[in-house]
Amino acid sequence: MARIGVVVFPGSNCEYDAANAVSALGADTAFVWHSESDLSGFDGIILPGGFAHGDYLRPGALARFSPVMTAVQRFAESGGPVLGICNGFQVLTEAGLLPGALQKNRGLTFLCQPSTLIVTSTRSVLTRSATVGQRLAVPINHFSGSYTCDDTIYDELVANDQIVVRYDENPNGSRDNIAGVSNAAGNVVGLMPHPERAMSTLLGSADGRVLLGSFLGLGAESLA
Amino acid sequence: MSTTEPLHRALGLTDSEFDDIIAVLGREPNHVELALYGVMWSEHCSYKSSRVHLKRLPSKGDHVLVGPGEGAGVIDAGDGIGVAIRIESHNHPSAIEPYQGAATGVGGILRDVFSMGARPLAVMDPLFFGELNDARQRWLVEGVVSGVSGYGNSVGVPTVGGELTFDQCYASNPLVNVLAVGALPTDRLVLGVASGVGNYAVLLGSRTGRDGIGGVSVLASAGFDGADGAESLDDAKRPSVQVGDPYEEKRLIEACLELLDNKLVVGIQDLGGAGIVCALSETAAKGGVGLDVDYTAIPLRETGMQPWEIMTSESQERMLAIITPENWEAVAALCAKWEVRATIVGHVGEPDVLPDGSTVGMLRVRKGFGGEIVAEVPASSLADEAPLYHRPLARPANLDEINADDPATEPSGDANAQLLELLICPSWVYRQYDSQLFLNTVVGPGRDGSLLRLGGPGLPESSRGIGLTTDSNPRWCALNPRVGTAYTVFEAAANLACVGAAPKALVNCLNFGNPTHPEVMWQLSESVDGMTEACLALGIPVVGGNVSLYNESGGNDIDPTPVVGLLGVVDSLTTPPPGWKWRDGDSIVLVGGRHAIGDVAFPLSGSRWATKRGRRGGQLGDVNVATVRDTLRFVTEEIATICAGHQSDITAVHDIGGGGLGVAIGEMVGTSRLGAVVSNIAGRDECFAEFPGRFVVATSDAASLLARAGAAGVPTEVIGTVGGDRYRLGDVIDLDVNVVADSRRDNLPTQLLAN
Repeated sequence: MARIGVVVFPGSNCEYDAANAVSALGADTAFVWHSESDLSGFDGIILPGGFAHGDYLRPGALARFSPVMTAVQRFAESGGPVLGICNGFQVLTEAGLLPGALQKNRGLTFLCQPSTLIVTSTRSVLTRSATVGQRLAVPINHFSGSYTCDDTIYDELVANDQIVVRYDENPNGSRDNIAGVSNAAGNVVGLMPHPERAMSTLLGSADGRVLLGSFLGLGAESLA
Repeated sequence: MSTTEPLHRALGLTDSEFDDIIAVLGREPNHVELALYGVMWSEHCSYKSSRVHLKRLPSKGDHVLVGPGEGAGVIDAGDGIGVAIRIESHNHPSAIEPYQGAATGVGGILRDVFSMGARPLAVMDPLFFGELNDARQRWLVEGVVSGVSGYGNSVGVPTVGGELTFDQCYASNPLVNVLAVGALPTDRLVLGVASGVGNYAVLLGSRTGRDGIGGVSVLASAGFDGADGAESLDDAKRPSVQVGDPYEEKRLIEACLELLDNKLVVGIQDLGGAGIVCALSETAAKGGVGLDVDYTAIPLRETGMQPWEIMTSESQERMLAIITPENWEAVAALCAKWEVRATIVGHVGEPDVLPDGSTVGMLRVRKGFGGEIVAEVPASSLADEAPLYHRPLARPANLDEINADDPATEPSGDANAQLLELLICPSWVYRQYDSQLFLNTVVGPGRDGSLLRLGGPGLPESSRGIGLTTDSNPRWCALNPRVGTAYTVFEAAANLACVGAAPKALVNCLNFGNPTHPEVMWQLSESVDGMTEACLALGIPVVGGNVSLYNESGGNDIDPTPVVGLLGVVDSLTTPPPGWKWRDGDSIVLVGGRHAIGDVAFPLSGSRWATKRGRRGGQLGDVNVATVRDTLRFVTEEIATICAGHQSDITAVHDIGGGGLGVAIGEMVGTSRLGAVVSNIAGRDECFAEFPGRFVVATSDAASLLARAGAAGVPTEVIGTVGGDRYRLGDVIDLDVNVVADSRRDNLPTQLLAN
């Protein structure tokens, strides 16, 4: 079974939730402290939500200097699956592993609320077990989640099918309703919504299982 | 401060308190010592006006692991898990600097919880402001909400509920209360005690600055003078407000919990009001030991600080740990990993032996270990021996006149418009809070009570749940603080019943006016008695609390505002409880005593409807307490059955609280966007009357529900049917469903964005 490393910065706060979610799907998990630089033995890496180094400057702006990010870059370059959730997505864009940037929400307030995602590409490790057009109830929880990029990057995202999930109703002003994107190869994905918070109908939705199960390489049939 | 005023008065001490200090020390205190007494004997730290009353509250229960007096109350929730709960106010700081006031309120209470060894898992925030037609109030609301959001979200503790009250009496003195809950394996429970001669007192966390000096005495233990309240005092008092750093607190939480897990500390205590002197004197007093403190060892963030400033600063994000010398290296290494500063600032020593053979633990503040003594006082005299005041009580002279009014004489206006005005969805507030972290939130903010799975990092597996609610009703308490407070407790239990949680522990935050006003002390005393009566009736122990006095401005006290936080347990939580969404064709059943007993069947006194009409007088209706208790128990058990995964005919449940029956049904109509025809209704007064112990329940099988209730001795009546696109309530209300839903959704944002 997949062995997943969950990167922990001092200000991460969703690390337990992310680890619990993929454990519930059968993965082995281990926390990786941000000062470490060895990711050997992992089949996938998750950068969880939170406020990596307090993020008083700009979300993820300092985290990219943590030693672990050099290792994450090597891991990604060798084709390893990397998933950034919320703050993890912000960190991946700051580190240059994903295109674009995340700005403050359009309404200039933090938003914790349900959202409906529409899968728009199945080329990525996060969506390979989903179907295009599939609607997933996955909550958002962020202040800086408005995805932005210039026209050149946007055209590339569209041309390469890198827009992985979009919001059904745009909550934060993201360009073209973008909720998550992948790199060109599809092995590095970031999204603002929290699939680990949608693992059980007791908590409102189990649709996150499709995304995280996909990340673990589980087929759609095993996630039903 | 005049130049001729004696120093002790400038520090908030009375002349007789100054004499008490001389009696304790057998000499005149020096300036540093006087500053220590000034903060420790403040109302905020010593509860000197309220303690004689608080003793009457019931605090015993088989499941109570820690009662009042520690950082937080702790109960045994089952499965080897203890749940810690605590509530506090941060009213005056928030009036002056709403963002930082609210933020540091969250930070402070979290430290209370993790100082018990519990990981903080949830926050709730009852907030009280003036009416929103005033720009200053809108500024306060936005500042406070963003402060709770900015700190709570970042520090990594979900905010799962709260309360939002707007009333003119809070215009110059808003209330910001914060409740926090944490959980721990019961074997990790720690208390703030210094023991073991030779042990080190280690200061963890932020450096110490001049922020928050005298916060407890200057800010929290005095009212606002000016008629325009906080505004006139902004500049003078702002330096007494602390500044929060949630990233520091986050690392401090993780470091402290890891220190406890690795059994590296003997005792641990938070630094809150009154700063390090409070933590040092309390830990030394509890352990009966002496403590020598080197004030020059305390890391500072600015130069030129005097010893008394260092000792009383309320700089945030600091903890005090007592450790054995052999663990120092491990403690330092662990703290370095979390980038948390750790500094040895004191040594635990033998208590002094007095001539009569008794012992007393002395707190000695020195310049360098073994160096010059700048203050030397018995630790217990600071922590435990503040004077107790039996302040005079007097029933307000105008209360008879207030009680003589009857809002039922108010002419009927446009009841549809009046109802719409009372429908306010607080989602603008709570969607700014992370309410889901830790994957526990089954029912989050915006409903009757909140419901969490009992789980979290480092806890044993459990299928239990905990219910949480905060409640208050200043409108009721202004008319009758005793009955109003008892009803508030019933209301809290009703909110927990809606999520199937049986009440296990109560904490209170008693927000009152100036204690030197006999009317305020009478209100406080009556309120404590009412809380005692209700807690005894429901079998709920009070495990902690906080008293916030001097909530006044320009000589006007706020209405008495006792806030209760109630914690309940659901034994098996596998299925979400029903909410407010009902189904087409359901029967609408009123569960509980339909009428108040006594002269008035449907009392409007103290209702939100009457307050909106400017009719703030009258008398609260009487209720049959046994019926209320049986109703609460019945609903709790019915919903708990659903939580445990059993089938039920109940499709929706909502307690009838503020606004009355009309608002409760309006909220269900709005949430469902599905109408209702309520034909069994006595008219306007029943629509808007407020008294406790009633629920609106939607059921697919009314006959079965009525039979079960009847067997439990609980009154029920079918009052209507779900369906259609109109909300009709007798000949009182007739509204389009979408008007109800949209108005409820838009009311608050519209008022906040007004210019």
